[in-house]
Amino acid sequence: MTIASSTQFVCFVFLSAAVAIGALGVVLLPNIVYSAFLLGGVFLSVAGLYLLLNASFVAAAQVLVYVGAVNVLILFAIMLVNKQETMAEIPGLRLRRLLSGGVCAGLFALLLRVAFTTPWALPGPVPIGEEATIRIGEHLFSDYLLPFELASVLLLMAMIGAIVLARRDVFSSDVATGEPADQGLIEKSRTPLLLEKTN
Amino acid sequence: MSLELPTTVPLQAYLALAAILFCTGVWGLINSRNAVRVLMSIELMLNAVNINLMAFSNYLDGQLIRGQVFAIFVITVAAAEAAVGLAILLSLYRNRETVDMERFNLLRW
Repeated sequence: MTIASSTQFVCFVFLSAAVAIGALGVVLLPNIVYSAFLLGGVFLSVAGLYLLLNASFVAAAQVLVYVGAVNVLILFAIMLVNKQETMAEIPGLRLRRLLSGGVCAGLFALLLRVAFTTPWALPGPVPIGEEATIRIGEHLFSDYLLPFELASVLLLMAMIGAIVLARRDVFSSDVATGEPADQGLIEKSRTPLLLEKTN
Repeated sequence: MSLELPTTVPLQAYLALAAILFCTGVWGLINSRNAVRVLMSIELMLNAVNINLMAFSNYLDGQLIRGQVFAIFVITVAAAEAAVGLAILLSLYRNRETVDMERFNLLRW
């Protein structure tokens, strides 16, 4: 590790504060666009934590995949479903929030107890640092070859599945005007009164 | 008064940070009304798991960094999950014209 350890500690404090506050903002902010951008900030801070943990390749993958792909995908989804709607009040919302907050606090206490009472085998072997990328490549093409190939199949399936799920199909047409009653009618002012199957 | 900083970051600090992130994600997952925010909470939880894996890989398994390989696979699955999840969300929005989780109750009871 080339960074001095005190610098490392200060970086850890700042990055973890950014992660924690950003995550709270993602969950609690009423405007979902702000949440999405804060989520990008959380992803970047987590990438910084990976750099502190001697993992430059995974940090780069985190920035590319999460910030570059997942966050942009979420922003597009917000843009596509951007309808201002006032959500109806449901009874017992405050009680539900309190109960789930209690459950989460209990889970947090349990996790902290496990983290601080388990006798970890510290100090472990010396981290290999910059050699990590080479080691990951060796792993991916020797003992983790099968999961690596399965991941490509999974990504292909996810791609085709996403296309099939998000495609607009015209299943019926409006009897009165004859125009196709696809889901684009949602954006139009008028909903069809009577639908007729076309196929 | 001299402020004495700890010399290294302990493993437990990373574990505690991941616990905070995971519990925030769980709370958001339960309490979000907006379906997009539910997906964001799932991403937060996956990131918490990744932080744990990377911390263990650095502190306990420094030579054979198996945790980093696992983190790469988790990132892959998370990307696939986000794509399919958002496609399902779009399809739901077209059918129900809402993103309110309380109104997606067709299969309830």
